[in-house]
Amino acid sequence: MLGIVGTIPEANFPLVSGRVFLEGDDILIGNKRVNVNRGTPAMIAAAIKTLNYMGKPEPHCYLVGDIGDGEGSMHLYRHLIDNIFDTSFQSLAFHYFQPIVSLFKKVIAAIEKMPNRPILIADAGFMYVAKMGGDAPFFDLFTPDAGELAYLADEKAPHPFYTRGFILHEENLVPDLIQRAYQHNNASSYLLVKGVKDYVADKDGVISVIDDPIVETLEPIGGTGDTLTGIVSALVASGIEIKTASANAALVNRLAGFYAEPTPATQIYDIIKQIPRALHEVLGD
Amino acid sequence: MFKLFTKKKPEHNSENQGRGILVFENTTEVIRAENELKARGWEIRVMGPPPNIRSGCDLVIEFPLIEELSIRRSLSEVNIKPLQVVPVNSALLEPVSLLHEKSYGKYLMVRAANMKITVERATKLIVNVSGGGCPDVPYLAGQMVNKHLHEAPQPKDVGYTLCAYALQIAYDRMVEIC
Repeated sequence: MLGIVGTIPEANFPLVSGRVFLEGDDILIGNKRVNVNRGTPAMIAAAIKTLNYMGKPEPHCYLVGDIGDGEGSMHLYRHLIDNIFDTSFQSLAFHYFQPIVSLFKKVIAAIEKMPNRPILIADAGFMYVAKMGGDAPFFDLFTPDAGELAYLADEKAPHPFYTRGFILHEENLVPDLIQRAYQHNNASSYLLVKGVKDYVADKDGVISVIDDPIVETLEPIGGTGDTLTGIVSALVASGIEIKTASANAALVNRLAGFYAEPTPATQIYDIIKQIPRALHEVLGD
Repeated sequence: MFKLFTKKKPEHNSENQGRGILVFENTTEVIRAENELKARGWEIRVMGPPPNIRSGCDLVIEFPLIEELSIRRSLSEVNIKPLQVVPVNSALLEPVSLLHEKSYGKYLMVRAANMKITVERATKLIVNVSGGGCPDVPYLAGQMVNKHLHEAPQPKDVGYTLCAYALQIAYDRMVEIC
């Protein structure tokens, strides 16, 4: 089963855990309903669409409200530290989270004690804190965009906000940044880098490049990275090897974007709706 | 055991001689303090903290150490209390300064670090906010999208993290050029 850890952008949303379902453009967990817009709800919705297509159960999620003050995240960090040992996920995806190195380290220590360690995927704040804490290699897959890759490649930057200009400069080639991230032990076993071209890579270099279809207007749309993380997490949890799942997820996400015929004002659920069609196109029968 | 209590000799950086940093609880406090101190004419810079006091999503204010008392008084007058004031003894991290603008016909996108804001030129309506990884990003997007550029709440007023600070830089640039 796929486990997902993340935050809901509402101050008073309590810490909840359980199976999450999709109903229209809302996700449902227990008696809570959250509109799928961007962030972790968009990631979960994309994962559910993919799991449904693959004939797998909906994900078990750990969610808490956090609007950036970190209070909800701290609560969830502590919950994970106390409870993660007793879980048995095939893969576990971490998403929007307040980066707090000291608590993150305790979560990692708890995962290390698990008899069957799940495949670990991280994006957004959890990817940031993994790199901040020097624990990137503990993870199996990160899904950075080009700017976040520059952050991973900059061994001195504790947050993307401090990425040094000579590394961030857009003329830097993604393969060079991938190499630099691995050279300084700031990358997971595999990287799925999203952008104009999507790259799947490991420590030996680029494994595959996915660059068709090209939909330029996807870049400004909030949530397109979240959907990619949701799709790849679901494919990995369905038993597909990480590098194959990553290449397929990149293609599915691009196709879903293409089918949605987006403008820069398109909202993410219009793309999520196209995921089953894109999965059918990529994975077939 | 003794070694644990022996103070390490500070590695002074001549560039930072006489500078101190103000450490706050969160980025919102930093932004409030920055606005207040700049409005009063203090020579300050918002920077990344040194590794020994870094805890995660941090930002600090660098200031002339000799002015500590007056600066503390200025902040106290507006109920802003730094968590710590410490001398700078190593190089501080510079915030990202590269801004990237991209046109999509009737839309314009501005990116600062990992944060992007997109506006419809004719109406100045914010149509999308993307990027980032801290939990206030989806919250800020929810607050700002579908609002006029000049009527939307600003990240500096409702955000908390470095992602919010980066979005504010992108927002300010958008206001400047749009």
